[in-house]
Amino acid sequence: MTPRALFLVLLLMLVPPCLGGQPQELEVSEIAPGVFVHLGQIALMTRDNEGDIANLGFIVGNDAVAVIDTGGSVREGRQLLAAIRSRTDKPIRYVINTHAHPDHLFGNAAFEQAGTIFVGARNLPRALATRGPHYIEAFRQIMGAELIDEVRLVPPSLLVDESLTLDLGGRALVLQAWPAAHSDCDLTVYDARSRTLFAGDLVFVSHIPVMDGSLRGWRDLLDRLAAVPAQRVVPGHGPLGAWPAALDDERRYLDTLAGDIRRMIAQGRPITEAANSAAASERSKWQLFDDYNARNATAAFSEMEWE
Amino acid sequence: MRAAVRLFGAPLLGALLLAAFAPAKAADDYDPWPGLVQDIFNNRPMNDGADVLAIEMPARAEDASLVPVTLRSKLSPADTRRIKAITLVIDKNPAPMAAKFTLGQDANVTAISTRVRVNNYTDVHAVAELSDGQLYVTKIYVKASGGCSAPAAKNPEEAAAHIGQMRYRQFAQASDGAMSGAREAQVMIGHPNNSGLQMDQLTQLYIPAFFIDELKLSQDGSLVLAMEGGISISEDPNIRFTYIPNGAKHFEAEAKDTQGHVFQHEWPVDGSGT
Repeated sequence: MTPRALFLVLLLMLVPPCLGGQPQELEVSEIAPGVFVHLGQIALMTRDNEGDIANLGFIVGNDAVAVIDTGGSVREGRQLLAAIRSRTDKPIRYVINTHAHPDHLFGNAAFEQAGTIFVGARNLPRALATRGPHYIEAFRQIMGAELIDEVRLVPPSLLVDESLTLDLGGRALVLQAWPAAHSDCDLTVYDARSRTLFAGDLVFVSHIPVMDGSLRGWRDLLDRLAAVPAQRVVPGHGPLGAWPAALDDERRYLDTLAGDIRRMIAQGRPITEAANSAAASERSKWQLFDDYNARNATAAFSEMEWE
Repeated sequence: MRAAVRLFGAPLLGALLLAAFAPAKAADDYDPWPGLVQDIFNNRPMNDGADVLAIEMPARAEDASLVPVTLRSKLSPADTRRIKAITLVIDKNPAPMAAKFTLGQDANVTAISTRVRVNNYTDVHAVAELSDGQLYVTKIYVKASGGCSAPAAKNPEEAAAHIGQMRYRQFAQASDGAMSGAREAQVMIGHPNNSGLQMDQLTQLYIPAFFIDELKLSQDGSLVLAMEGGISISEDPNIRFTYIPNGAKHFEAEAKDTQGHVFQHEWPVDGSGT
């Protein structure tokens, strides 16, 4: 290589990837043949992390690809698309959204093209309608217009009422919609060939569980969820885990929270006190505890005082 | 109903919607309070209310759909003035006037707690009207929630399932209750309290607003507390308050919503609650 060429190569390495023609590839690992996962940071969505906080994945069959969640910005979605394209030329037939939260579907617009079908739980369109505009406004303030202006809410055109099997060619994915739990439109994806469960935010590992649906509903479905014959789980947030052992911490947290809240309600304590002290014994066991525990407690209190 | 019509009259609603959906940057810099003093309070003079009432809210709205707020009287028992009404205003919400509470003349209500939606980083004002005819204002600043919370229902099926249910609960006497005879109680009303500001993506139509706009609480027919509410009150409106019982045998609640439903209930005062 001539010194001049070497200089050019070095110069190119200095150019931030986002200024180049090709988007940077999102870091993914192949956890089983044809099953790829990107682990998001355990953090809140910010301008700096470009919304990259949720775990995303894609599964490659003989004929087609299914994407599971698209990330917290269109930029992250494009990086996921680039990661897919450098591994397979097969068409992306399905984009599956595990629920309506922005960190899981703000990247949808990167995948909008003829022949790609967006899939979600039956309640997802309603959640997008009632929450989507608020999310866009709120995250424009947090992440900035450059990242958020290109976000489009892409509602699913294929809805899962209860369960649905998608065929990627020799590879069946079983989709299951659940009653209100983490949110009111949770959907899981099970790849039978690799015995991998993509649990969306029904499963949190290390990252404190976030409750935006029904605490009782969530607790009630854990046994059914544990019965999925998976070997491993890709949680919505946090590292991969063995199944169903990966549920243990989350189950303990939800039980502790519910127990503390029930006791406070029985004692006539106000909701503000629950926000400050419920599940305090769990603080050292989770990342982002102080970011989410008070809201979990507030939401749980307003649900359980109707018991 | 007159107040509700005024609240949601077309010109005001239009102005409020514009404020709500203006670009974020402009919304950050814009202080809606002077305009709200004009629209809600007819530009009446505002006195400093620091010695009259306090607003208690968390510094951060942990859950945008459910932010606890407590309004507490700071008037000393020796003060000859009394609080006739308190208006709660969440400046940057799509419908800023969250609630107007009218306090029963003989009930001596000293604290009111409820839960509100908070859409944005915003000042929250409480304006007390005293028996001297003057308005007194106090305020607090609340940061918006981050994360996935939204000022929308978490579990719409559940909300629909208990619409119209009402619960009353009497708590142990307030801490100074032994001396003052004050009692703390709570009324809950199952209602989705929909904002109506959300567009149905399929029909492109706004979902109609559907909320409790009037609530009246009394003891044997004597007013304890009335609320004119708007869409900033959280789903399943919940009011916890401290008052002086008048020896009544019954506590009554009557709520009306924007579709004309009337929900009424009464409970015996003795033997319920803790």
